[in-house]
Amino acid sequence: MSTATAGGAAAPGRVAPAQDKNKKRKSITGTRLWVAGIFLLPALVLLGALVVYPIGYSVYRSLFDASGDGFVGLDNYREMFSDDATMTAIKNNIVWVIVAPSVATALGLIFAVLTERVRWGTAFKLVVFMPMAISMLAAGIIFRLVYEADPDRGVANAIWVSVHDTFKESPPFPGAHPRPNAGLTESSNGSFTTDATAKAGTPVSLPLVAAKRDDVSGAQDAKAAKPEAGKVTGTVWFDFTKGDRGQHNVLDKGEKALADIKIEAVKDGKVVATTTSRADGTYTLPAKADGAELRLPAWNFGQPYNGVDWLGPSLVTPAIIGSYVWIWAGFAMVLIAAGLAGVPRELLEAARMDGANEWQVFRRVTVPLLAPVLSVVVVTLMINVLKIFDLVYIIAPQTSQDEANVLALQLYQSSFGTDVNQGLGSAIAVFLLVFVAPVMFFNIRRIRRERRR
Amino acid sequence: MLTPLRRKRQKRQMGRPGQTGTKRSARAALALCSAGALLLTAAGCGTDDGEADSGSPPPVTVKLPSLKGKHLEVTAVWTGTEQKNFTKVLKEFEKRTGATVSFVPSGDDMAGFVGSKMAGGQPPDVALVGQVGVLREFAQKGWAKPVNAATKAELSKNFSKGWQELGAYKGKQYGVYFKVSNKSLIWYNTSAFEYAGAREAKTWKDFLAQAQLISDSGTDPVSVGGADGWTLTDWFENVYLSQAGPEKYDLLAQHKIKWTDPSVTRALRTLAELWGTKGLLAGGRSGALQTAFPDSVVKAFANAAQPDAAMVFEGDFAAANVSDAGAKLGSEAKVFPFPKVGETAPVVTGGDVAVALKDSEASQALLTFLASPDAAHIWAQAGGFISANKKLSLSVYPNEPLRKIAKAVIDAGDNFRFDMSDQAPASFGGKPAQGEWKALQDFLKNPKDVEGIQRQLERDAAKAYGN
Repeated sequence: MSTATAGGAAAPGRVAPAQDKNKKRKSITGTRLWVAGIFLLPALVLLGALVVYPIGYSVYRSLFDASGDGFVGLDNYREMFSDDATMTAIKNNIVWVIVAPSVATALGLIFAVLTERVRWGTAFKLVVFMPMAISMLAAGIIFRLVYEADPDRGVANAIWVSVHDTFKESPPFPGAHPRPNAGLTESSNGSFTTDATAKAGTPVSLPLVAAKRDDVSGAQDAKAAKPEAGKVTGTVWFDFTKGDRGQHNVLDKGEKALADIKIEAVKDGKVVATTTSRADGTYTLPAKADGAELRLPAWNFGQPYNGVDWLGPSLVTPAIIGSYVWIWAGFAMVLIAAGLAGVPRELLEAARMDGANEWQVFRRVTVPLLAPVLSVVVVTLMINVLKIFDLVYIIAPQTSQDEANVLALQLYQSSFGTDVNQGLGSAIAVFLLVFVAPVMFFNIRRIRRERRR
Repeated sequence: MLTPLRRKRQKRQMGRPGQTGTKRSARAALALCSAGALLLTAAGCGTDDGEADSGSPPPVTVKLPSLKGKHLEVTAVWTGTEQKNFTKVLKEFEKRTGATVSFVPSGDDMAGFVGSKMAGGQPPDVALVGQVGVLREFAQKGWAKPVNAATKAELSKNFSKGWQELGAYKGKQYGVYFKVSNKSLIWYNTSAFEYAGAREAKTWKDFLAQAQLISDSGTDPVSVGGADGWTLTDWFENVYLSQAGPEKYDLLAQHKIKWTDPSVTRALRTLAELWGTKGLLAGGRSGALQTAFPDSVVKAFANAAQPDAAMVFEGDFAAANVSDAGAKLGSEAKVFPFPKVGETAPVVTGGDVAVALKDSEASQALLTFLASPDAAHIWAQAGGFISANKKLSLSVYPNEPLRKIAKAVIDAGDNFRFDMSDQAPASFGGKPAQGEWKALQDFLKNPKDVEGIQRQLERDAAKAYGN
């Protein structure tokens, strides 16, 4: 875009020197220097006041302490690089700058190429571009809700959990356990095993507490199991009466049955028989279980699957990058689609005539022709990503803000507030500037090259 | 850059007849309110500004100057119900003086909000600051302006010495403690207690035993809003004040003893007896870490007959969240003092102190008004509010629990301890994801690592206090 005007402006410049060789005090375009100066003045003043001065002042300020009076040399920079929070921020910024622009551009390229071929392409483009119309702040709030950990509230986890639960049965009584004196011992993996061995013909009672009231409220009253010759029987029940009035470890009237509990009979560390408790809490194990210990596997009491902790320490940065891509993939798509419109059809046709398949056409013809556009998009996004602040500030919860930290956020945290150090903040700002510089340099060189062409 | 824009907006509002103006601002308030609710997942935005108020009109005890045409901008952390009730107080001020007052919620990070506004040269006129440490820093930097004679007179007439001194810095009076809180309370769901056969606990040991009993009955006993770091600092402070005593509490608050002190080790170990025991926290430790404070109250009171949790610890201000959740104070929701861990039960208080950031007649008049029983009356009768104002009649409070809590605060006289984290510099005790807030969240994540957390606390404290 900028390349077209730059090329146009450069053209007269090349012709000019020959005309004005003998006239002094005149510039290459033939105007007097002071006239040119006056015309440039507003731009220079604005640039100076809004760009050059703030940069210069930030560099200057970064050499002073928190109060702004004491000169500390490079101490702020030293402090910055010895601070864990800033190091995490730098690391995250690098992840951001590599991942976000490349994913957004790749998606944009795919969308652009595909929408060229469908009838409702424009409508599709409109939809993909729509998130660009939302402010980063609003998008942040939206994604904060999307990533909410509770599956009843966060749509990401709602989908994840419902997919998961269709393939896996969820545990019947999360958090339940026997009383400490109930004759069952907890092993390190969370399962409970009876201390005594079971005898056929003598019912083994397995009293549990702490099953959630919601899980128990609809259950039948528990029944005492009848002894059966040659078989191990017993009852699993919820050993709690309202107001704690019942006797502990005794099946009182009205106590609820715990159905669907898995029970294993274990002999010398090997499972010899398994069963599941019935709706009235009773269970029956075959004769093999005689003399075995009864074990309630940890699965019975595991927490129900609650999905992924999107905003937890490990996933928070990828999750926020995801929301960024949601916004900016549309931008990439629109630019690339515009570039695609300028790709000569003949080349594609020729390649097809030569027997290239669609993938080869895409890979060997379309992408190379689009390379200038792609680099514009990637570089623009890189510069945009380096200053990322709002999405991280809003989406990351307090508990994982450290892990999601980026430089711009660290800059804000250390500069504004009460006991803050604007010297340190300025040092981070200067570092951020240095960080952007190579990308800027690349961008400028690319524009120059375009101009020369 | 902002100034011309704001001035233009103001002019436009003044140029139009009042009706349109209020409608617009009401709509804006509603939008702001719902945006806030989204962000903080706080339920219960007020539907209207509540013209049909059933309460009695406030007494008129204080004389205010006429401030026709003056405009004030006031900021506080309040959103939702609290914002609605505070707006009622501001409305009364507008009515008496003729000034227009706009309320701007600052978000959780008051120090950051005011700091950036200060840097931009457009601070709000009056801020209600929740941390005494922040007030002192504002005063130290010269951002806060001392109160005038009228406010001082009102303060000495209505407040005990302890509360006045908390609003002073280096002998000068800066702040007015408009809203205070008693942060040593356990709210509980009566039906969950009844079902489990549990009773109000007087000692920490009994508290743990009751919690275990409730857990056995099938209800998670204690709901902790660990996503908000400040609830965790309040837990620690109550345990520490009761166990180590007020002298050590003051020393630690000023960072005259280190956070690696054995008394801190003991307090953290005590806390770990609750936080580290399986089945005692609602949703487990990870669940607690993902629960914001308003949600932690909802867990205990939204379904009053069969709640997800039986108890919530926090100050009296939880009353507003309890009512929002739909539970009746005094019957479905009751309160008992924080159990004593050591010799005596702790009384930790907090408070929002009003401070002028611009030295104008209007902002001084607002401080005078907030120091009077008139202003306290309006919010007190709406609920969710405790005043340390001695002249405020206790009969104004809408229910028995609140009356009890308010009486306890006033009866304590000067024998209370102010929230420790609120006395600390903001970067240690008052900012999300930093210092004490973050360290205690890490502790909730892993209650076994007492020494590691102490080192982390000491490192951050040393940096923030600069010693």
